[in-house]
Amino acid sequence: MITNLTVNIGKLKLENPVMVCSGTFGYAGEFKDFLPLKKLGAIVTKTITLNPRQGNFPPRTCETPAGMLNSIGLENPGLAGFLNEKLPILKKIGVPVIVSVASEGGIAEFVKAVSELNDFKEVAAIELNISCPNIESPVTSHLSPVTGRQSPVACRRLPVFKNRRLISQDPQATYQLVKQVRKATKKTLITKLSPNVTDISEIALAAENAGSDAVSLINTLMGMSIDTKTMKPKVAAVIAGLSGPAIRPVAVRMVWEVYQKIKLPIIGMGGIIDTSSALEFFLAGSTAIGVGTANFIDPAATISILQGIKSYLRKNRINNIAKLIGGLKV
Amino acid sequence: MFQVKAKIIQNKQVKKNFFHLLVDAPEIAGKALPGQFLNIKVSDNLEPLLRRPLGVHRVSKNNIAMLYEVVGNGTQILSQRKAGEYLDIIGPLGNGFDYQSPVTCHLSPVLVAGGMGVAPLLFLADFLAHSKSFKSLVFIGAKTKSQLTCVQEFRELGCKVKIATDDGSMGFKGRVSDLLTHFLQATGDRRQATIFSCGPRPMLKAVSEISRKFKIPAQISLEEHMSCGIGACMGCVVQTTSGYKRICKEGPVFHADEIVWEREK
Ligand SMILES: Cc1cc2nc3c(=O)[nH]c(=O)nc-3n(C[C@H](O)[C@H](O)[C@H](O)COP(=O)(O)OP(=O)(O)OC[C@H]3O[C@@H](n4cnc5c(N)ncnc54)[C@H](O)[C@@H]3O)c2cc1C
Ligand SMILES: Cc1cc2nc3c(=O)[nH]c(=O)nc-3n(C[C@H](O)[C@H](O)[C@H](O)COP(=O)(O)O)c2cc1C
Repeated sequence: MITNLTVNIGKLKLENPVMVCSGTFGYAGEFKDFLPLKKLGAIVTKTITLNPRQGNFPPRTCETPAGMLNSIGLENPGLAGFLNEKLPILKKIGVPVIVSVASEGGIAEFVKAVSELNDFKEVAAIELNISCPNIESPVTSHLSPVTGRQSPVACRRLPVFKNRRLISQDPQATYQLVKQVRKATKKTLITKLSPNVTDISEIALAAENAGSDAVSLINTLMGMSIDTKTMKPKVAAVIAGLSGPAIRPVAVRMVWEVYQKIKLPIIGMGGIIDTSSALEFFLAGSTAIGVGTANFIDPAATISILQGIKSYLRKNRINNIAKLIGGLKV
Repeated sequence: MFQVKAKIIQNKQVKKNFFHLLVDAPEIAGKALPGQFLNIKVSDNLEPLLRRPLGVHRVSKNNIAMLYEVVGNGTQILSQRKAGEYLDIIGPLGNGFDYQSPVTCHLSPVLVAGGMGVAPLLFLADFLAHSKSFKSLVFIGAKTKSQLTCVQEFRELGCKVKIATDDGSMGFKGRVSDLLTHFLQATGDRRQATIFSCGPRPMLKAVSEISRKFKIPAQISLEEHMSCGIGACMGCVVQTTSGYKRICKEGPVFHADEIVWEREK
């Protein structure tokens, strides 16, 4: 039996639905010794911004029960650095390259970065990261004036964000942004959503209405961890993003909610570490999946998961991955 | 870089909380250089989730030895692993010590270890002794006599060992960096010496200051919490004169004058 693993995300046709999550796979070259990169369905880059970013003050990560917190702060070489140093390497791998983009300067900067990527045909798609909890978001600054108790950490020389409101926490802001970017590019647009919301399906709908080709979810959940010995936060930025198996049930639930609300393909992610966790995401409605934190534990996790999906389909006599998508029996 | 399932040959308690781990990993053993490290999955389940970085302590043909202290959950679980079991290990990782520079050295290479910092420095001393016939001068600092380790191993390599303990139970009473300062003050010709150091952060900071004061180049091995260990996640950075650098990739060994210590607590 031949199993069909190909899936479509907007204009993009993937040989298989196993991708990597932005920020957990660098620019792919870091992993070349550990797996045949050309077997991946697609590669999503670390999020880039128009200008280089040096990222947040360390310590930037810590381990938590079945997960980890990170506040990298989008350290990246900037668009030009990416195009010169990273894209040529990515291009050679021969699988679709999805470039994750964020902005430090509002909608205009998003549009500028995306427009510049238009010229590169090796950029297969763009993922709009409007859900990073680890940078100050200028787009939403009008939404949340700083009020209430002044945190004592504000006195320290650490980066403490005045504004942690994300674009993807507001349906209107999401709609506006995606709409503007949509006008600027014909490339496949994926909007990456935050789980730090009351109703994620509402945000997904805003992205769909604004012309996004797909949504990816979830980005990290905001969390915090304290070292009781030193009474200090384990991550310098105090609040950080939680990822790994700990967040999986939340992610699966959100994929299911979004699947019922919109028609766009969903790229599901959050705590996938093995075949069965990947399958949960397809059954909940994902067209493709992203492997994130698992890459740190086993750099070849994607390949084992891909193999596992193939065997599962074969064993259950399913000849097309499409038949699995949203197959949850309720 | 390799990812291997390495068989544990021995995982032996050598002191109260110190363990000596020997694994069979020919690929890694064939490539590992002093100052490089391995990233080890200590369990086969989610507890703990992430790998644990350990320096390469010794290398023989097919085997790699590590020396580690049990400090928390991960190292505790590792200490329970038995000979015959397998560990998923990635390595060799990072940039080790640049031992090309002391080739013209008149004064012996100076190795400065604090606590578990002896682990990678023994491999360096071994390497310098065998490939370059250098007998290193080794300064070891520990809290107390019972926590001193590897003294004999260094001596067997022909190294001269100087000891400092916080409580004075053996050798100089005080910090190893102070012992180093005293030594350098008393030594006339310090030109072309190089310091190689590994240990707790405050000690490395002190060594860096000594390096600047006495104009002796120093290479220091830093630690930071790591997630991937292969340069992908940007988690384990240190502030340098040319921006943040990844300890797992550009490091763990850095030139002391590259590190920006201002924001250190
Ligand atoms: C390049 C490098 C080489 C090292 N070599 C050695 C060695 O040869 N011998 C040795 O005993 N120790 C070494 N360490 C330190 C060792 O990695 C930590 O002691 C160990 O990770 C602690 O894990 P744990 O679960 O027992 O402790 P916990 O404190 O419970 O760990 C919690 C988390 O913090 C991380 N962590 C805690 N302390 C450190 C630390 N000092 N450095 C990095 N991460 C830390 C852990 O990896 C884990 O993710 C090295 C660290 C680095 C970065
Ligand atoms: C260290 C680290 C860095 C990340 N960086 C980014 C990033 O730059 N852009 C982004 O959209 N998501 C980033 N993420 C979030 C992941 O892409 C993913 O959405 C999230 O981790 C959930 O998946 P997981 O549980 O499989 O890791 C990062 C996650 C981690 C752990």
